[in-house]
Amino acid sequence: MLKILVVLVKSMPVLSQLIANWERIDGRAKFKVFMMVLTGLLLLSVTLAVTIGPVYISPITVWKIIGTHAFGLEQGDWSRGHDQIAWLIRMPRVLLGGLVGAGLAAVGVSMQAVVRNPLADPYILGTSAGASVGAVSVLMLGYDIFPPYSLSIAAFIGAIVSFLIVMVLAQGSGRISPVRFILAGVATAYVLTAITSFILFIGDERAIRAVVFWLLGSVAGAQWEFLTLPAAVVLAGTLILVLYSRSMNALLAGEETSIALGVDPQQFRLILLTISALLTGVLVAIAGPVGFVGLMIPHMVRLVVGSDHRRVLPASVIFGAIFLIWVDVGARTFVQPQELPISIITALFGAPFFFFLLRWRKTSLAGGGQ
Amino acid sequence: MKLHVEDVSWEVDGRSIIQDVEMHASDGEFIGVVGPNGGGKSTLLRCVYRALKPAAGFISLDDEDIRQMSAKEAARKTAVVLQEMTTDFDFTVDETVAMGRTPHKGLFERDTDTDFEIIEKALKRVGMKEFADRYFNTLSGGEKQRVLIARCLAQQTKFLVLDEPTNHLDIRYQLEILDLVKGLGVTTVAALHDLNLAAAYCDRIYVVQGGKIVESGNPVEVLVPELIKNVFGVGSVVDVNPFTGTPRITFYRGTTGSANRLSLSL
Repeated sequence: MLKILVVLVKSMPVLSQLIANWERIDGRAKFKVFMMVLTGLLLLSVTLAVTIGPVYISPITVWKIIGTHAFGLEQGDWSRGHDQIAWLIRMPRVLLGGLVGAGLAAVGVSMQAVVRNPLADPYILGTSAGASVGAVSVLMLGYDIFPPYSLSIAAFIGAIVSFLIVMVLAQGSGRISPVRFILAGVATAYVLTAITSFILFIGDERAIRAVVFWLLGSVAGAQWEFLTLPAAVVLAGTLILVLYSRSMNALLAGEETSIALGVDPQQFRLILLTISALLTGVLVAIAGPVGFVGLMIPHMVRLVVGSDHRRVLPASVIFGAIFLIWVDVGARTFVQPQELPISIITALFGAPFFFFLLRWRKTSLAGGGQ
Repeated sequence: MKLHVEDVSWEVDGRSIIQDVEMHASDGEFIGVVGPNGGGKSTLLRCVYRALKPAAGFISLDDEDIRQMSAKEAARKTAVVLQEMTTDFDFTVDETVAMGRTPHKGLFERDTDTDFEIIEKALKRVGMKEFADRYFNTLSGGEKQRVLIARCLAQQTKFLVLDEPTNHLDIRYQLEILDLVKGLGVTTVAALHDLNLAAAYCDRIYVVQGGKIVESGNPVEVLVPELIKNVFGVGSVVDVNPFTGTPRITFYRGTTGSANRLSLSL
C-alpha cells in the first residue's frame, strides 16, 4: 500500500503539469495519454470486477491468485474457496464480458463505416434475429444435438445463415449498396423474428423464461474451457478491423472518394462484412444478442476522440470491454442471488450516460459541430 | 504525367452515355472539359479516375493501362477533387487531409513524421493551416474545396482530376481555387461549367456533347460563337479580356444579335 502511495505522490507533479498544459499538447500525445488511461482502467476494472460478489476478495489477493494460475507463482495464504471463486467462477466471466464488449464495439464501428450510417449496429446483418431462431429451436423444440454446445452452435449457424440471406438480397447488379443492405437486413430480421415468435407461441410455456433470458444476453456460466475459441476469434477479428481503420476513413468519406483514395469500396465492404458477421456470430453464440453496446460505444468514443477510425477503433475496443465488464457486475449483483440479463442494464444505464456525453461535448455527431 | 484516353465508351442499361471518346493530356497540361449538362463530362472523368469501367476503349497514364493497376497504385497516380464530400461523421480538417496518405500506406504502417510534414505543408499551401483542428462540416464551400485540394496534395500525385471544382463558390474563391490548381503545375483534367473560367485557365479544351467530343483545341480556337451556339444553344460575343488577354465571352439568349435589342431600348 505504501509503495502505491509513494508512486502516486511522485507522479503528482507530472500529472499536474499534464493537466495544466492540456490545451497546448497536440492531439497525438493526448490520444496516447487517453489510451494509457483507458488501458489502466481496463486492468483496474478486471481486478475490481473479480473482487465484487457475495464473497469479497481483496484486489491484491485477486492478482496473487492470477499470478499462481497464470504464471505458476506460489500459493499464498488464501482459502481454496476464494481461489476457486476468483479463478474458476469470476475470472472467466469477467474476461468473457470484456471480450463480448470489445468485439461488439469493434463490429459496431465497422458496420457504421460499411453502410456509412451512424444508426448501424452489429445486428443490421440480421445476425441477432438469425441467432435467435437457432437458439429458440434448441431451447423450445429440444434440438439438443451437440450437448453442451447445441445452443451456441445453433445460434452461430442461425447468425451466419441470416447474414448470407442479407448478402444475397443486398446484391444489386453485382454491387452492395448501403441502402439496399440496410433494407435487406431489416426485412430479413422481421421474417426471422416472426419465426422466433411462432416457435415461442407454439412452444412450451415453461421454456419461455429461458428464451427471454437468452434473448436479452448474458455472460453467466462462463468457463475457461469455453473461452479459448471465442477469445481467439474476437482478438483476431478485432485486430484485423483495427488494421483496416485507415481504409475505413476513406470508405466513410464516400463511394467515389474511397476509390480516389485507393480503397475499392465494394471489395473492402465484403471484407469488413465477412469479418463482422463471423465476429458477431461468435459473440451472439456465446452471450446472446447483447444490445446497445455495438451501437452506442462507438458514438461515445467519437465524442471524445473524434471520427478518425485509427482512434475510434482501438478506443472503442477497450472502452467496450470496460463497459461490459461493469454491466455484468451489475447483472450479477443488482438483484442477488438472481441474475439480470445484460441488455436491460446496457440500455438502462448506457443511454443516460450517452445523453450526458452528448450534452457535454456538442461537437461531432448529430451535426453539433455545425 | 501523360494521360491517354482512346476510344472510350460507357453505357448503362444499353443506353450509351459516352462513345469513342478520345482525349490526351501531356505533362503539366491543364485540360478543360466543357459541355452542356448530361453531355457526359462527369462520366468521362469517372472513367479516368476508375469509378467507372469503360465498356470499350483504353485509358493510360504514362502509357500504363489504368485498369491493370491496383486501386492503390492508381490512387498514387491520380488524385480527385469531387464536387463535395458529405458525411454524417465529423472529420477534422487535419484528418480529412491525412486521408490523402491512404494509398501510400500498408496495413501495418502508421503515419510517420514525414506524413505529418506532408499534411502540414499541404494545408499551408492552400492557406488552411489555421483551420487544421476545425471540423470539415463547419467550413464554407470555398474552404472545403481548398481542404479537398490539400488532400490531393497530400496524395502526392502527378495527375489531378477535378469535377466542377468551382461549383457553388463565389467568384473570388473560383479564381483562387483555379489559380491554386494551375500553380501546382501537375497534369490536370477539370470539368468546368463556366466558359470564361475555362478560357482563362485551360491550355486546351475538350467540348463534350451527346457523349462525344465535338471539338478540341486551345481556348481561342474552340470557344467561338458558332460552337457555343451549336453546343449550348445561346448566342455569344467573344472578345478579349483586357486584363488577362484570354477570350472573354458574353452570352445572350436566342440566336439573333443583341445589338438590335440594345438599339431598341436606346
